[in-house]
Amino acid sequence: MIYRRLPMPFKVYEVDVLNASEEELLKISSEMGLNLNLKEMIAVKRYFTEKGRRPTDIELQTIGQLWSEHCRHKVFRGLIVDEKGEILARDMLRSFIAKVTEELNPDWVLSFLKDNAGIVDFTNDFAIAVKVETHNHPSAIEPFGGAATGVGGVIRDILGVWAKPIALIDVLCFGPLDYPYDKLPPGIKHPRYLLRGVVAGIGHYGNNMGIPTVAGAICFDEGYVGNIVVYAGCVGILPKSKYVWRVKPGDLAIVMGNRTGRDGIHGATFASAELSEDSELSSRSAVQIPDPIEEEKLRRAILRIRDEDLGSGITDLGGGGLAVAITEMAHRMGGGVTVFLDKLHLREPDMAPWEIWISESQERMLVAASKENLSKILEIVEDEELEASVIGEFTAGPSLKIYYAGYVIADLDVDFLLHPPQATRKAVWSRPRYTEPDFPVPKDMNEELLTLLASPNIASKERVIRTYDHEVQGNTVIKPLYGMYSGPSDAVVLKPLDDSWKGVVISLGIKPWYSKIDPYWMAASSIEEALRNNVAVGGRRMAILDNFTWGNPEKPDRLGSLLRAVQACYDFAKAFRVPFISGKDSLYNESPLGPILPTLLITAIGIIPDVRRAVSLDLKVPGDPIYLIGVTYPELGASEYFRLKGYIGNEVPRVRVPLARRIMECIIRALDMGFVKACHDLSEGGLGVAIAEMALSSGYGAEIWLSDVKQEGIRRSDFLLFSESNSRFLLEVKREKTHEFEKLLSSMGCPYSRIGEVQEEGRLIIHDLHSSDIIVDLGLGELRKAWKEGLKY
Amino acid sequence: MIRILVLRAPGTNCDEETARALREAGACVDVIHTNKLVKREVDLFQYHVLVLPGGFSYGDRVRAGAIWAKKLRAHIGDMLLRYAEEGRPILGICNGFQVLVELGLLPGWESSLEPQAALAPNTSARFEARWVYLRYEGSERCIFTRDIPRGAVLRMPVAHSEGRFLLAHDEDLSRLISNGQLVFRYALPDGRPAEGAYPFNPNGSLFDIAGICNPKGTVLGLMPHPERAVYSWQLPESASSNLEGASVYADGWPIFASMVRYIDENIA
Repeated sequence: MIYRRLPMPFKVYEVDVLNASEEELLKISSEMGLNLNLKEMIAVKRYFTEKGRRPTDIELQTIGQLWSEHCRHKVFRGLIVDEKGEILARDMLRSFIAKVTEELNPDWVLSFLKDNAGIVDFTNDFAIAVKVETHNHPSAIEPFGGAATGVGGVIRDILGVWAKPIALIDVLCFGPLDYPYDKLPPGIKHPRYLLRGVVAGIGHYGNNMGIPTVAGAICFDEGYVGNIVVYAGCVGILPKSKYVWRVKPGDLAIVMGNRTGRDGIHGATFASAELSEDSELSSRSAVQIPDPIEEEKLRRAILRIRDEDLGSGITDLGGGGLAVAITEMAHRMGGGVTVFLDKLHLREPDMAPWEIWISESQERMLVAASKENLSKILEIVEDEELEASVIGEFTAGPSLKIYYAGYVIADLDVDFLLHPPQATRKAVWSRPRYTEPDFPVPKDMNEELLTLLASPNIASKERVIRTYDHEVQGNTVIKPLYGMYSGPSDAVVLKPLDDSWKGVVISLGIKPWYSKIDPYWMAASSIEEALRNNVAVGGRRMAILDNFTWGNPEKPDRLGSLLRAVQACYDFAKAFRVPFISGKDSLYNESPLGPILPTLLITAIGIIPDVRRAVSLDLKVPGDPIYLIGVTYPELGASEYFRLKGYIGNEVPRVRVPLARRIMECIIRALDMGFVKACHDLSEGGLGVAIAEMALSSGYGAEIWLSDVKQEGIRRSDFLLFSESNSRFLLEVKREKTHEFEKLLSSMGCPYSRIGEVQEEGRLIIHDLHSSDIIVDLGLGELRKAWKEGLKY
Repeated sequence: MIRILVLRAPGTNCDEETARALREAGACVDVIHTNKLVKREVDLFQYHVLVLPGGFSYGDRVRAGAIWAKKLRAHIGDMLLRYAEEGRPILGICNGFQVLVELGLLPGWESSLEPQAALAPNTSARFEARWVYLRYEGSERCIFTRDIPRGAVLRMPVAHSEGRFLLAHDEDLSRLISNGQLVFRYALPDGRPAEGAYPFNPNGSLFDIAGICNPKGTVLGLMPHPERAVYSWQLPESASSNLEGASVYADGWPIFASMVRYIDENIA
């Protein structure tokens, strides 16, 4: 008999792994929902054989949670070999991501890749904390609850470094909204349903909490039909003096906030498995239930505890629940913890100890505090109409010991729990070749431009954004929708301190389509786009965050592609001299339709010395010249234009670092010298879409000559208009400053071309590459209509 | 010193920026949890003004503001009624406006705490966060708008799901108008009434009503957020080149400034 109930007045089982065969070990892993592989189960068996006793169910569950991919990042931390067994990488996280920050070692990065959030310096007294999480799996099963709890979770990450949340970020990827219902495999929900639910969930949580949702993106591709992407990010601010960690043996472990229930059981292990037809039935209980008002109270309490210096350590209860939070805190302290699990406040009284221990019920935080501060903490908790339980005490000894009603039900070594056996996985990658596009130059370029503007990847996300409160707290300076016509801001700017003009600049880079050709250049472009967007409004001194969403890394081609993207992260972040401060990955995004489109989100956090000097994208003064900075190449591989023509192509945009760095430095100089009236980055849809967006965001038109554009090797107007080459900006420059502006650019070796002028009349006019023929002639109204009505859901 | 109480409940989330606007106007502000009033740990009458800020009190369950209003009525209803009847100013913004309507303090026609109007779900059935144009109707008695010229067009953002102002009876609208209780209406950019046109009237409010006061002019409620339109850098076109020569303050500012000046001249 493998499972035997122990003689205790509650349900705890002993599991006989000692005598289990390999087959039985795997059966135990699956029956108990541990999601541990054979190598790991053998390590478990060895551990208990050495201890000379059988484990309890709660002990195995603890190991399952702590060793989950979600918590330990075993793929990123593992060994990667090629087909011949040669080592390609050991611990990607260390040797590619953390390495950037370690080598750059900027003195303004206060914490990276270890605490709940990355932290950078802001002013003398304050720092900025940032974290971006993935919540793909739960959102695919239950979009409202999945997305809302994703937001709730990342807010707690920010509270988990004692910071006050000041902004939310949401980046979503779905299948095409017009995807035919009859092509959906069983168990897979329609993109339209998922989008509606996810958007509602995000709005519900952020709006209720009173944290502005300021930045985001929505991408569409067939590669997201089976699995969606939900990235939720949060930015916070904290007084540097309050960033404390002083947990010591004897301190109490206090759980505050929501009562613990049965929701979110096995969330961490579910996140590390593939979705299937049965996910709905088998994993619905892994999705948590959101209650933003509870978290709003929690926020008030945590910030008061911080301000009164009552806590010695803090972390949020996320994936793996108490099991993970308490054990990791004990490990960080360098000791152990004794837990009295029956002391916790519960929603459901009849929960088994292991359920209580690994439940991922939301809106809970773990605070460590010395005994003398307990009464003051409990007073604050009561003031805010919250509940709290003292459930344990940190110890100098290295073990995790759990009591329930006086019985010991678990006794494990903390160090063992933090170190799963290292995995070895195989990676291969070969570049796919696609048909080279072959179609004539379209006759009606007006139509091409309007179609691009209306394409869901490019079209205005206003309908979504307006359901998010992006101005609560009253500190959003450059808003996601800019000005009277709701133009698409490249980045948002916040002014978080009343007594300082310094601003936080938040921008994003996401180019998943490029991974169809090469994930290396996809990652490079994502990094560059995030930085470019930040620079476009005046941001500088940037730090970045990575969020990987990939398929099953046990399949060598998936891992090979991941490794290429990770390699690019090192190469380009290092070359741009931007440190990684935080990150999160979500793997195993597979469905009957195959792997998800590999997706890297780069979030960039910059600063601007004075928010009043931020620059926006809308055209401002008729007669001002328009400049295109950078060089355009025939890089339309995986572009939005090729997609609309039914092609992928092969020439994916590259990133030419020395040039790109020079251009960004030059833009910042020009902005600071007051030469620039408007600035916009070139992205999906290239020059054509960018100039259209600048015009439709304003009341003015523009006239552009393609023959003046600095380019290499393009012989077609449509390719020049819609190429997605990186490192390009469109600028409206003050007429009287053109000479000085050009001098600055030349002196810095920055390629530029003066390609047109702002026009009083509200029309966008574009001349052909080879002649003075007008190929685009559209009114602002037509442009706005296409762009604003493109996204329907 | 002018003392103002900004009251909060679980889910209130605009208290900080509201307090900031009031402090900018020169007031001394305390942000206090409703429970402190309920437990009589704080004396409401030591404050010159009561402000109910925006947010999602108690998650806006049942109806926006309903639970907070019920809690106030059950525990300190008489106190609130007396406070209003003594002509002490009360300002309700967004969720605060919803609470004042739930309590009947707006339109304030009965000497009881029974609702006479409602803020129903937006006709778009969505949360709406956007800047709107407000036409000031020139309510002479309203103490919050004395610095605003009659007919002025003001810009402020709205952010709510339930802001469609409705009255109980057909004749109520003319009563509101003839009493001078109509303070702000949603308008087109040129100042003409929106006449229900979305998104200028963002929620489908009756007669484009965005804000009203009580017959005395001492209680004001409005759905838009003046505290998010205090400074010019909060405007939707806040980039450097759009703001050259702009004043420091934006259109929400006079509401706070007028009220503080009123207290200064008449009470404090």
